Amino acid sequence: MVTQETLNFLFSLLHKESGLALDDSKTYLIETRLDPIARQEGFPSINDLGRHMKQHPSQPLRQKVIDAMMTNETSFFRDVKPFELLKGVVIPDLLKANEKGRRIRIWTAGCSTGQEPYTISMLLCEMGPALRQWDIGILATDIADGALARAKAGIYSQYEVQRGLPVTYLTRFFNQRKTEWEIKQEVKRLVEFRRLNLLSGFSHLGIFDVIFCRNVLIYFDADTKVRIMEQFADILSSGGVFFLGGAETPFGITGKFTRIETEKGVCYKKNTIPMQP
Amino acid sequence: MKVLIVDDSGLVRRLMRKMISDLGHEPLEAIHGKDALKQLEAHPDIGLMMLDWNMPEMNGVELLDAIKLRWDPVKRPTIIMVTTENQMEKIVQALAKGANEYIMKPFTREILIEKLSILGITNGCN
Ligand SMILES: C[S@@+](CC[C@H](N)C(=O)[O-])C[C@H]1O[C@@H](n2cnc3c(N)ncnc32)[C@H](O)[C@@H]1O
Repeated sequence: MVTQETLNFLFSLLHKESGLALDDSKTYLIETRLDPIARQEGFPSINDLGRHMKQHPSQPLRQKVIDAMMTNETSFFRDVKPFELLKGVVIPDLLKANEKGRRIRIWTAGCSTGQEPYTISMLLCEMGPALRQWDIGILATDIADGALARAKAGIYSQYEVQRGLPVTYLTRFFNQRKTEWEIKQEVKRLVEFRRLNLLSGFSHLGIFDVIFCRNVLIYFDADTKVRIMEQFADILSSGGVFFLGGAETPFGITGKFTRIETEKGVCYKKNTIPMQP
Repeated sequence: MKVLIVDDSGLVRRLMRKMISDLGHEPLEAIHGKDALKQLEAHPDIGLMMLDWNMPEMNGVELLDAIKLRWDPVKRPTIIMVTTENQMEKIVQALAKGANEYIMKPFTREILIEKLSILGITNGCN
């Protein structure tokens, strides 16, 4: 049994360091995710792990605990529509708007094991000649080291390459390695992976034309959501586009975005005139 | 939509029949390629075929060849290969012979739903 004291300590640590907002109803999550970590680290129970962390604020162990508590669920072409919109509307618009500088910067915040940035990269590769002589960069960040390491390796199981990925993308953009599939260099080339905690601020990253932050903020409390969404608005270029997960909305959180609805799906643009949330 | 499941394993057919009807479609079965040809003649309104590779009498790619010879490409059903063959060159071969999608066994309900959605097939309504 995990004691209330341990739970309180872990909840507050996770909240402070990752934004993850949990309460007692999520005790089972602590149990299932941290039991293996406690064992690995040689503690008889999660309570002992908690006590040790309290006394020794060692960063690597904290990072391991945070890693284990993250939900890394993702897939190629997740929800499809945002990617259709990106390819069919957003990128063509940017090709006109950014004609002078010939540069497009895309950020996927909370990229997990890499399927989201690689989906974007495959779409860009597919647009081929239209993008020749353009400087295109996809920055992909996450707080979880384990997920990032997998993302960088770009090697996926047979199960993962069947989730949402049209088979023609599999044959075109992957090499087979026995039962696993490795994304090709031409796709990897456009993506830079970096560890970044969204709580520690990110204005130093510069301005982006497109920001994806899907299914990440759902785990955060309202105040943290406000703070992070407003920062996204601040670093979005004037014609820039922001994508949230299917079940998420900025409304009721911040008035900095306008909803853009197209037949290919929904995205958000920065308001030029600020509105009430 | 009428969905023809072509597989020589009764167990696999039963599992797929359940998945297909849970999604609101109408499953039909064939035990190999030749049987499938008969079913296709008998039910010209079959919209989707889920096709195993290794089967007696006529295997999956032989059936793809036969369909290519006989059917007008716009009138033939959409075809998803569903097979344990998981080598890149097999996938490429099946696509070249006219398969529209490819599922490597074992697969899950999520994979099936997402592959159907890639093909523009949504859930049926019954
Ligand atoms: C459910 S995944 C979403 C992956 C992908 N965006 C998608 O929609 O498929 C959520 C990701 O957000 C990351 N995450 C959670 N809190 C974070 C934080 N404070 N900073 C950066 N990433 C965070 C997790 O590690 C996890 O990989």
